[in-house]
Amino acid sequence: MSFQATPWQTVGPYYRLGLEPLYHTDIAPADAKGERITITGTVYDGIGNPVSDAVLELWQADADGIYDHAEDPRHDAHDPTFHGWGRVPTDDAGRFSFTTIKPGRVPGLKDLPQAPHLVALVFMRGLLKAAPTRIYFSDEASNGEDGILALVPAERRGTLVAQQTAPGQYAWNVKMQGEGETVFFRY
Amino acid sequence: MRESKPLSGYRKPYPGSQPPYIHPSYASTVLRGVGSEPIAIPVTLSEVTGPTLDRLTLGEHAADMTAGFPGQPLGERIIVSGRVLDENGKPVRNTVVEVWQCNAAGRYLHKGDQHDAPLDPNFKGTGQVLTDEHGRYRFKTVKPGAYPWRNHYNAWRPAHIHFSLHGGGIGQRLVTQMYFPNDPLLAFDPIYNCVPDPKAAERMVSSFDWETTENEYALGYRFDIVLRGRKQTVWE
Ligand SMILES: [Fe+3]
Repeated sequence: MSFQATPWQTVGPYYRLGLEPLYHTDIAPADAKGERITITGTVYDGIGNPVSDAVLELWQADADGIYDHAEDPRHDAHDPTFHGWGRVPTDDAGRFSFTTIKPGRVPGLKDLPQAPHLVALVFMRGLLKAAPTRIYFSDEASNGEDGILALVPAERRGTLVAQQTAPGQYAWNVKMQGEGETVFFRY
Repeated sequence: MRESKPLSGYRKPYPGSQPPYIHPSYASTVLRGVGSEPIAIPVTLSEVTGPTLDRLTLGEHAADMTAGFPGQPLGERIIVSGRVLDENGKPVRNTVVEVWQCNAAGRYLHKGDQHDAPLDPNFKGTGQVLTDEHGRYRFKTVKPGAYPWRNHYNAWRPAHIHFSLHGGGIGQRLVTQMYFPNDPLLAFDPIYNCVPDPKAAERMVSSFDWETTENEYALGYRFDIVLRGRKQTVWE
């Protein structure tokens, strides 16, 4: 067999059948360590219509910045109650909401700590492969020293930053195209 | 503090082997695909780690879509099996494979599916299976039907089963579709044909498999899946 990666295909319009069993919108259990937060927003297509059939997948470290994954060198010290993965659908108005704890700082380029962030993958009908992005936090001074944010043109960085609207409440939207298009990554 | 050695990144996709975000013959991509060129970043711990979804309690019939109902679903019973490897040929162990599909008549059990074909009271079309220590998976279902969609005049999707895989890190995530051999609709399908290199697209077509086929019970199809692999040597 070939060892080239299998091509991506869209999740299509009926992904709920397959992906709903693992929907997970409360990422942190009640006893997880850290500051509890809610992130809410809307997914928009290229002409600003809300996307009612999108799914976000989230991946983050625990409150100490440790991933529940063997490749994290500090894995043995991770919060055993917290796994850090979520899968969140949009509703009829294109809105999504999930709760979690704010992640700590994880090592980044040249071992410098990254600003607290979540990795997000966006899926929907009409999207032929997942669109990877990140969610940072508007109340984190360390954003200014984050090695990945530094690779994003300054005028687009705001699309990656969830705005604090109240204590523990953040707003973050996804725009697939056009004015204010969310920064997506490849790696 | 001494700097630890940089993490090895993922292998770059071979040219033409993955779809672009915008593929106008699949109309929905025009407003939903990523509009600008994504920004290339080196991987950090955030991109090489990912969920370990082996803690799942899978339902009793998760790997058998034909069971769990009062009767047998209509259609041709099939067994699908294969291996999940990465681009370095390493088996991807204990990873969940999520699958979903329409019934034999081409209808999904989904409120959005208004295709005028019968629902089957004995078929839901949802399955989950974990790969074993060799990266192998296997599940039972019925062969899905073709179904119409509104992308263009007389548009019909070739029979397919949707697959979702996680692998060992976020960069290995894959959602794809498994097709069936010798399906005449493949030539006309803009989703299958969004992959520029036809040889790469062919890797989404399963093959009839004598070994998987069970005597007087079900036809077998083999579908091997390759997730992105990490580079063997470190880059900076
Ligand atoms: Fe489908």
